[in-house]
Amino acid sequence: MKIFSDIGRYLILLKNVFQIPENPKLYRKKILFELRVLCLDSLPIIAVISIFVGAAIAIQLAANLSNPIYPRWITGFSAREGIMLEFAPTMINLVLAGKIGSHIASEIGTMRITEQIDALDVMGVNSASYLILPKIIACVAFSPIVIVVSIFLALLGGWVAGVTTGVITSYDYIDGLQLDYTNKSLIISLVKGLVYSFIIASVSAFRGYTVSGGALEVGRASTKAVVESCITLIVANLIITNLLL
Amino acid sequence: MIEIKNIVKSFSDKRVLNDISTVFETGKTNLTIGRSGSGKTVLMKSMIGLETVDSGQVLFDGKDMLKMTKKERQLLRETIGMVFQNGALFDSMNVADNVRFPLRMFTNMTKAEMSKRVDFCLDRVNLSNAHDLSTSELSGGMRKRVAIARAIVNNPKYLFCDEPNSGLDPQTSIVIDSLIKEITEEYNITTIVNTHDMNSVMGIGEHIIFIYEGNLWWEGTRHTITQTKNNEFNDFMFNNELTKLLKASVNKKEE
Repeated sequence: MKIFSDIGRYLILLKNVFQIPENPKLYRKKILFELRVLCLDSLPIIAVISIFVGAAIAIQLAANLSNPIYPRWITGFSAREGIMLEFAPTMINLVLAGKIGSHIASEIGTMRITEQIDALDVMGVNSASYLILPKIIACVAFSPIVIVVSIFLALLGGWVAGVTTGVITSYDYIDGLQLDYTNKSLIISLVKGLVYSFIIASVSAFRGYTVSGGALEVGRASTKAVVESCITLIVANLIITNLLL
Repeated sequence: MIEIKNIVKSFSDKRVLNDISTVFETGKTNLTIGRSGSGKTVLMKSMIGLETVDSGQVLFDGKDMLKMTKKERQLLRETIGMVFQNGALFDSMNVADNVRFPLRMFTNMTKAEMSKRVDFCLDRVNLSNAHDLSTSELSGGMRKRVAIARAIVNNPKYLFCDEPNSGLDPQTSIVIDSLIKEITEEYNITTIVNTHDMNSVMGIGEHIIFIYEGNLWWEGTRHTITQTKNNEFNDFMFNNELTKLLKASVNKKEE
């Protein structure tokens, strides 16, 4: 039953989050701040993971598809589809659920237990909206950039690794990347990214906002935020994949 | 003036506030005293709407806060200043930005006007050189003073202080008490202070209510404290080592 109570509380919190801001100018500044702290600061880890996982995917595919019955472009083609449809939106957002999710939950949770949220409420500020809305907007707005950067770097990593290790030629890899390309995969990837980033920001914020107790509970809430974001994200992945493909 | 009528509040099956009624007058330092866990903080949080009461009324100048719409309650809260037990300063901001925050949120002041007001408030709490300090650089007393400056920056009509002296040395406590009393009189604010500091009670308690196990057990002023025959209140006030020492000293002199 607790799960239904949590879903109910989550929806009520979202209702409070999506309210007209008291001072939109202050919110704009906060969105820019969150973009820097939550999103831009995540780019290095996204870049590193994308390059190396892209490289591993290309080498793995080339090794598994080395049988002459397969066309030579199959490695590039499979790498492109796998990276665009699953790796960039899902895997990268799972990583971000760990990084951004724990950050959001612990930041808001600490504000809760140190009465900073109560202070905002007493002042007449809609604390849910002031603290959570800028984070959701920043994460969702930055999501397409994350997806595109990740796709580009993963494919690049695959090309560099494939060519330098000699498991595939540059021509075959690029030929595979270009084969039957339509924007559908990219659109699916972007849609997934938008949904996942919303889930990460809102679920983590919910866990932080509703924490009660002390530092130990903030740690627990942070862990819970990451776990629940990941599970929700995986379930959403299944639903979106079924709906859009 | 704030009037509370028949406030009842329970957590699960445990009743923490039992039919509490009193009047907190404007321009006076009203004190709520009682042991830890007696219900002081719950009463204060109920009065400002951070806790939902089971029944009762909280009248701010005659208007029941509990019956207000969300918008009305928000407007009321813009007239409330609150000093939390640990200051509740925003970690992500420096001292000046903490004090400036209510002005940025709710007023159309220019930057220069805001800076002037922030300077004035920080000067008022004797922190004129602390503008750029981060909250982690502040001592306990400084945190409380910044919290007071933030609470008064928007010219509140009501000031709530939840144990403003907790964790402070006696000298700093006296400074904070004097500041609260001065500000109350200077701006004619309705001030309510939660405390279990005896110095505060005797120093600034113009109207005192004593909460015992969720009940209003005694009500009076610092001048009527010694005349009460209420056992629980006397036990709370005078059953401490310092009082015993003073009594022993007086008895010895009389002998």
